[in-house]
Order: sequence, then structure tokens, then C-alpha cells
Amino acid sequence: MATTTMSMAKALNAGLRRAMEHDSKVVVMGEDVGRLGGVFRITDGLQKDFGEDRVMDTPLAESGIVGTAVGMAMRGYRPVVEIQFDGFVYPAYDQIVCQVAKFHSRSQGRVPMPMVIRIPFGGGIGAVEHHSESPEAQFAHTPGLKVVACSNPADAYWMLQQAIASDDPVIFLEPKRHYHSTRAEIDDAATPGSLWASRVVRSGEDATLIAYGPTVGTCVDAAAVAAEEGRSLEVIDLRTLSPLDMGPVEESVRRTGRAVVVHEAHVNLGLGAEVAARLTESCFYSLEAPVLRVGGWDTPYPPARVEEAYLPDLDRVLDAVDRSLAF
Amino acid sequence: MPDVNDPVFGPAPTAAGADDDLVQLLTPEGERVHHPEFDLDLTPEMLRTFYRDMFLVRRLDVEATALQRHGELGLWAQLLGQEAAQIGAGHALARQDFVFPTYREHGVAWVRGVDPVALLGLFRGVDNGGWDPHEHGFNLYTIVIGAQVLHAAGYAMALQRDGVVGTGDGERDAAVLAHFGDGASSQGDVSEAFIFAGWANAPVVFFCQNNQWAISEPIEKVSRIPLYQRANGFGFPGVRVDGNDVLATYAVTQAALKRAREGQGPMLIEAYTYRMGAHTTTDDPTRYRLMEDVEHWKLKDPLARVEVHLRRNGLVDDQFFTDLAAEADALGDRMRRECHQLPDPQPLDIFDRVYAEQTEELAAQQAEVATYLSSFADHAPAGAEGGAA
Repeated sequence: MATTTMSMAKALNAGLRRAMEHDSKVVVMGEDVGRLGGVFRITDGLQKDFGEDRVMDTPLAESGIVGTAVGMAMRGYRPVVEIQFDGFVYPAYDQIVCQVAKFHSRSQGRVPMPMVIRIPFGGGIGAVEHHSESPEAQFAHTPGLKVVACSNPADAYWMLQQAIASDDPVIFLEPKRHYHSTRAEIDDAATPGSLWASRVVRSGEDATLIAYGPTVGTCVDAAAVAAEEGRSLEVIDLRTLSPLDMGPVEESVRRTGRAVVVHEAHVNLGLGAEVAARLTESCFYSLEAPVLRVGGWDTPYPPARVEEAYLPDLDRVLDAVDRSLAF
Repeated sequence: MPDVNDPVFGPAPTAAGADDDLVQLLTPEGERVHHPEFDLDLTPEMLRTFYRDMFLVRRLDVEATALQRHGELGLWAQLLGQEAAQIGAGHALARQDFVFPTYREHGVAWVRGVDPVALLGLFRGVDNGGWDPHEHGFNLYTIVIGAQVLHAAGYAMALQRDGVVGTGDGERDAAVLAHFGDGASSQGDVSEAFIFAGWANAPVVFFCQNNQWAISEPIEKVSRIPLYQRANGFGFPGVRVDGNDVLATYAVTQAALKRAREGQGPMLIEAYTYRMGAHTTTDDPTRYRLMEDVEHWKLKDPLARVEVHLRRNGLVDDQFFTDLAAEADALGDRMRRECHQLPDPQPLDIFDRVYAEQTEELAAQQAEVATYLSSFADHAPAGAEGGAA
């Protein structure tokens, strides 16, 4: 493949394809992932090339999809499960948090659970109820699960392959509104960094913006606008939400003295709260201002016509930066 | 509520069903009867083995219950009355088959060679499952009701992909036995497992031990039809077997597993039995069921009918029972002794196997706890910094 420019949707498809070529034990399971190629076409063409035994159009039953994937993983397979939309993962919640997450520890390491649960997450596509949620904190709060979120095509390509290769179960969050909105070069021959590492996306000196998934782009845009006003903002993409990789975040905040965490999920007990608590513990004497959070309000995800008032946008991010700098 | 005297549709069906629904090969009086579809030609040795296993598993259950009463176990899920269902089903398994049990499948565990003492770990609180599922083809106990039935369907789908179904090689072809209770039959996961198994034509035998009580909720209140009839709605056969008849549970499970291994798909077995004990040792069944029902079911005891059959047909002598009693006493002694010897887990151990690939966060927490514990000179755990073993 060498270097190719592709969207995040295509990158995920290419990553899946390569993982399936590399390991015959990788199987794809979900609603409509076969003939249709998934509602977002992430699995497009895979059933045609790998067959119905490896790309399964399952019955419409989320707990069933994850629960049967548990059995397949016990037999040595590496299921990649697609949940159609974030709000539909809850019927499978018991299987994920009580079974998938606990098999390794319950069995004293005898039964690993190498499974990837792909979830298109977040809002911004004008969808109806249950199609725009951000459940990451619910899974990041569960020991035994690892949770990652990609924000760009290159990460999507590499992180998905790394998640599939992991012997631990991974909740793989894909920002659905960026499936087709961004394109990037992907070098198939490159050596990717660790899956469990955050990454500085843009360097800056005055404050640190910390984001993941769909809000990384928002923060990069905010930093560009701030730069025109003479403010230098550093942007960090967390990438891995559980475990959190706080090293680059702490290094940055010690330098800038200010931090704003940005995510779409409800602020209350969200990832931002965890990041803020950790920064308070580790960087207390470097902080010039309290760690601020910008996120979705503590309401159910609203009807699409008002979702712009719910989602963190460039103005809300810059407003938080102003408040931080004003301390 | 439906009108049971509805002139159009007639009386509402019930979960009890009719007596002629039941596959039975040995009556409660110990008489051998025959069934046109499921029959057996058992050697005396097999009959003695069935009896021996039921006898010892009953003792295992009694000892574990006693251990709980003495405070050695936090909880025990009793199997009293369900020995025939479990020993019969367990013996129907081939070496290469895989079992997904509930938390009450001590009899199947016994047949699969799981050490009875290993069963105690979960209930004593020293582990969450002390045996290797792959070594025994017997998964760890699952506490969340019905969750394991989906795992069974998935495992069966994996067997298909491994090419060990329907090859004609009896030593290689494999199937899955999925246990659940009548209570779990209300869970969505069980219905979804039926759906997936039917969709995949997976080699899984669903084995429902209908002991008639979901703690205090009788099956009569939950199901309008006998549970085995639910299979029809999912497109595979269902059969009700006398769950107190070890010959019948063996014959039916053997046939269902053979059918599954041959690639003919899933089947549901309802082993109609009765829970003679409590749901668990925390339960008080005198609050919700009638003693006369218990007395009625005592007459159908799984062991008594085999004993009568063995004696009446001269297949055993008194020495057999004397030896068996001694064997049971030895088992009880060992369980009591080794239960005490089960090692408590160390505080630092809980961090070790959360993940296959340890995280830096968890390693740091573990180190923090080790340092903290080491600060208590007399209580430093093994391996803690500065601590003594």
C-alpha cells in the first residue's frame, strides 16, 4: 500500500483488512457488517473477501453479539465486535463489564479475552435519540477493560490493528462525525508508536488543551484561532483513556501552568474529572489556575436541533482558556 | 390475567405440562422402563458408576453446606435433589466437549474431574474460580444468571470454525453443553443464546435444570408453557426429561450431544426436577413453599431409585454400599481438611491479572500498596518492599 491518503472510515477498513490478513483468528461480528458493510461502511467489502465465517452478520441483539464473542475468544479467536451506535451498547453492558472485563482476572490469567468492541461515538451528525452518546467513562471506570479513542485517520489505521493484537479487551471509540470529514496520509510501512500513549498534537506555551476523539479537532482549531490572538496553546490527544497516559500531559502542564480538558461526554464524573484530579495531585505547585473542564452538560443528549448548544465548540474552549488565563 | 375458562381458547397452558411429556427410563420405584426414542443398554458397571457419583456428590454437597454453617464458606449453592440431572448430563460428555456451568453444577464438575476442594474457593472467598477451564473442558462458575449461555453459543460457533463439527470423526467432533436454571430462562441472554445458536446452527445443547424455583418465584408463575416447548419457537427441538432419573438424563443428553457434534444443530433439554434444598445457604425456603411438596418429591429421589434397581437386580452387594460410605467419609474428611488449607490470596495479588498486559497505572498502585503494607513491620506481605515473607 505504501503511502495512501484516506478518510478515517477508509483507514479503519484498511486496518481491519490488514489485521484479518495477518491473523486468521480475527473475526468481525455485528449487525449489518457483512453485506451492507456496516451502517458507516467501515467493514465494507470484508465479507466478500474473507467469507461469512469471518465477517458475520449477526442477529440484532447486542448482548448476544458480545456474549457469543466471549465464547469465541475463549476458543482462541479475536473477535472484533461492531456496535452500530454508542447508545445501543447498553443492552450489552452486562456482558462487557461483568464478563468481558473480568474473565482474565477471574480465571487467574488462564482465559484471556482478546476482543475489540468498536463503538462509533459522539455527536455532531444531527442524529435522533441514542445515536450521539459518549459512554467512555462508563467503560474507563471498569477494571479489566482498556479504552481508546482515535481522532484521525492515521491513528484509526494503526490503533485498530494494535487493539486487535492486544491480548486485553479494548473498547475502541471512533468519532463518527469525523469518519468522512478528515483525510490524511497513511504510511503502511511506518512503525507506529505505542497504543497506550497520549500525543502532543500541537505545541504551545500559554495553556494546555487536553482532548480525545472528536474534540481533538475542535481544540486544534481553537489553538489556531488563539494563535491569531497571540496565545500559544498546546494540544494533547489522550488517545488512550484507560489506561491514561498522563506523562506528556503532566510535562506540558508543568510548563504551561494551565490546563483545560475538553470532551463531549457529560462533565460530571467524566474523563475530565479524572484528568483534573491527577493534575492536581501531580502538578499542584505548577498550576497557575484550576484545571477547567469543557464538556457536554449533565443532561441527556439533546435533540439534534439544539446539539450545538450541548457540544463543546471552539468558542466554549476559548472561553475556558480566557478564564484560565485570567487567574 | 387470561381467563382460564376461556370458551374459545380453552384453559391456559401451564409450565407443568403433562406426565407423558417426560422421558423416563427408571421409575421412582426403581423399575426399568423403555422409551421409543431414547433408550439405553447400560452395563452394570455404568449403573454402579452413576450411583457412586451421585452418592459422592450428595456428600460433597452436604459437606460444603456444613462448612458454610460452620463459617468456613461465605455461601454455598446446594444441588440436593439435582444429582441425577448433573451426573447423567456429565457422563454424556465426550472428552473434547466443553461445559458452561451455572454456580450449582458441582455434579458436572465432579464428572469433569474438577477437584471438589477447588469448587470451594469461590464460596470461601479465596478466588473467583480455582480450576483451569481448558484443562477440564469446564468453564468457571458464572454468578450473573444466564450470561454463560451466550458464551456457550459463541464457543460452539468457534468449534464450527475450527472444523471439529460434523466431520464424522467421533474422537474429534465436539459440542458444548450449556447449563442454566428455570430462573435463568427468563433472562434475555438465554433467549439471545437460543437465537444465535439457531442462526448459526451451532453445536450447543442447552440443558435447563428446572428445579421449579427461582429463589422464591415458582416456575408456574413465570412460564405459560413447559420450558422445553420454548425450543420450538427458536427452531430447534426441545425435550423434557425426568431430571431425577440419571438414566434418562444420560440418554437424552448423550443423544443431543451426538446430534450437535454431527452438525445437526442445537437442542434444548429440560430436566424436570426439584430443588430439595434452599437456593443457597442464605435462603429460607420454608417461607415460600409447602413441606408437602418437598415430601412428595422425596419419593422421587434420584439416588433411591437407582439403589432399589441395583439391589433388586443383584447388581451390587452390601459391600458396595459399605465401601461407598467409607469413600464418602474420606471425601468429607478431605474437604473439611483441605478447605482450611486453601491459601488466602495476598493483597498484592489482586493487581496481577486484571490485564494480560499490565498497565503502568495498576503497577504503580500495586507498588503503592506494597510500600504502605511494608510500613507495618509485623504485617509486611510477601514480596513487599522491605517485608518478610
